Amino acid sequence: MSMDVVAALSADPRDRGGPATPLLSVRGLVKHFGRKGGLLSKGSAIVRAVDGVDFEVAKGETLGIVGESGCGKSTTARLIMQIIKPDVGEILFDGEEVGSSELDLTDFRRQVQMVFQDSYASLNPRLTVEDTIAFGPRVHGLPRRAAIARAHDLLRRVGLEPARFAGRYPHEISGGQRQRVNIARGLALEPRLLILDEAVSALDKSIEAQVLNLLLDLKDEFGLTFIFISHDLNVVRFMSDRVMVMYLGKVAEIGPAEAIFGRPRHPYTEALLASMPSMDPDNRTQEAPISGDPPNPINPPSGCRFHTRCKFATALCSRAEPPPYDVGGGHLAACHLANPESGHPRLAA
Amino acid sequence: MTAPIVNVKGLTVDFGTRASKLRAVAGVDLTLAKGETLALLGESGSGKSVTLRALMRLHPRSAKIGGSITVDGRDVLTMPAGELGRYRGGIVSMVFQDPGLAFDPVYRVGDQIAEAVVRHMGGSFRDGRARALELFERVRIPSPERRLDNYPHEMSGGMRQRAMIALALACRPKVLLADEPTTALDATVQIQVLLLLRELQRELGLAVIFVTHDIGVAVEVADRIAVMYGGRIVELGPCAEVIRGPAHPYTQGLLASRAGHAIAKGARLVAIPGSPPDLANLPPGCAFAPRCNQAIEACRKSIPGPVVVEPGHFACCLRAEPAASSTSRAQALPQSAVG
Repeated sequence: MSMDVVAALSADPRDRGGPATPLLSVRGLVKHFGRKGGLLSKGSAIVRAVDGVDFEVAKGETLGIVGESGCGKSTTARLIMQIIKPDVGEILFDGEEVGSSELDLTDFRRQVQMVFQDSYASLNPRLTVEDTIAFGPRVHGLPRRAAIARAHDLLRRVGLEPARFAGRYPHEISGGQRQRVNIARGLALEPRLLILDEAVSALDKSIEAQVLNLLLDLKDEFGLTFIFISHDLNVVRFMSDRVMVMYLGKVAEIGPAEAIFGRPRHPYTEALLASMPSMDPDNRTQEAPISGDPPNPINPPSGCRFHTRCKFATALCSRAEPPPYDVGGGHLAACHLANPESGHPRLAA
Repeated sequence: MTAPIVNVKGLTVDFGTRASKLRAVAGVDLTLAKGETLALLGESGSGKSVTLRALMRLHPRSAKIGGSITVDGRDVLTMPAGELGRYRGGIVSMVFQDPGLAFDPVYRVGDQIAEAVVRHMGGSFRDGRARALELFERVRIPSPERRLDNYPHEMSGGMRQRAMIALALACRPKVLLADEPTTALDATVQIQVLLLLRELQRELGLAVIFVTHDIGVAVEVADRIAVMYGGRIVELGPCAEVIRGPAHPYTQGLLASRAGHAIAKGARLVAIPGSPPDLANLPPGCAFAPRCNQAIEACRKSIPGPVVVEPGHFACCLRAEPAASSTSRAQALPQSAVG
């Protein structure tokens, strides 16, 4: 983060905790689904979607979250947004507990907004583009005329000429344009944190690059903080300052982007990186780094949840769950191999 | 050189009514040699999947298909219904993007494969089940006997796609059409399925047309890459040449806009401006001209023909540099382009 960004942030009158306080702290977050035994559930099928997740997001940074389907990355985003309630865990925004008397939900949601993957499903088909963007500000008390003026201003910022686009309905514009509208809507309440959940995944590659550039421009312009969730490792690497790798509801590894991509310490991160196509016709991937699909989060494996697919797994791994171990430089890996004291047989060799 | 197993000439596919007409494929020529893998690379609306489906005649009756398609010596477009039934699955078969939708949800996967085997190759249902088991082992589904009795929803995404591949190979086709077969899969599973397809292709000597929007996936599997834009192939050549020396500005743009690791923190991507073309309202000249930073006046007037930039590698672009030895345009193409 450059100094002027820090200066700009500390000048933000909404900054209550000061630049050193993380914008978002998530502690011990747990969400299990299906406990009560619904119509179709057999016995006590519990989906451990998010199972003890801790992380922080500093002011002005981008935290990337990667992982495969069922790892809990989208559930984590929805828990932060309070779209669903956590079973256990604490979410602090700028040092204040979300939902407490200090920071009620209305105030919190004004400061945190989200952009979803499906640009069409996340827009009301019966609202025009300008009404969609103006909706939030109007709910929060802005008069219609001022809200529409803000919508037009935001349309211009996301590269859509208001004269052409303001009166259109979602089905009248392309996917890339719709996602720009979603981003404009996300910014309409002047939030401090924007959660982007696979926000560019459905876009064509040539449009994806445009939207990524736009997001970086808007981040600088509005002094935003991003949580950027994607399954595309290249895109996460490009966007993120720090990266969190999730596996079956747990944090496998978290740290600075260069460290995660340059020297991953968790075998799952290594496998994910090695699974990326090589882009070199003379040096194609010859062997899949891991076999099988990610296990079902309904009955996750004991001990380290990755041990069923890990080539380094031993009896220790299936017995004891490795706590996150700090390997230095704010880089944590939940693997017995990362911790020299863990007693993993490979460390003795 | 033996005759190509797939030969497509001047393929056009039109959808729509009299009120609104849409040309999804606007003149595609391609050949595929036995045992060759060709990737059709393009974005949504580029015509890649429509081209693939035309090879199986999967389009609704209302779609108008022009040009000619010859596969293994058979004229696909004039084939009567009975022969078409034998052709689909017997000569050419297809793997779809979403294996969850391609299987019938109310029958066991093993029975679905057995049914196809009995229908095409005769024999008893028991023989069909035996063939299904053989195929499940071939695509390396763990505990295959047990998995044959699974319903599609009881399998994970990766396993369903393996089962889909088993079904596609059940009647020993010569050509496999793969429509984004790994797009819906997780990264660690995608690479497993790509490697499986590559191995099967090699061992069974299959000719494969692989449709994808992901350059990285194309590079992992393809001998040759055909880049599609606005219903046409705009560049075609051997995989390595297209990746290292892209000749069409669209291919160049796609490669340049990739978010790779070589980009400095805070830098911006080199994005292609504008949006993909509206197929109902294509410009008169090159469909990419409105987004192209190298376009000249002539680009907007007529549709550029193929320019050979290297033997077996052409780009439909007026700005492409012809190969030094060949001054000709559109000669000996694309038949000579078998890699």
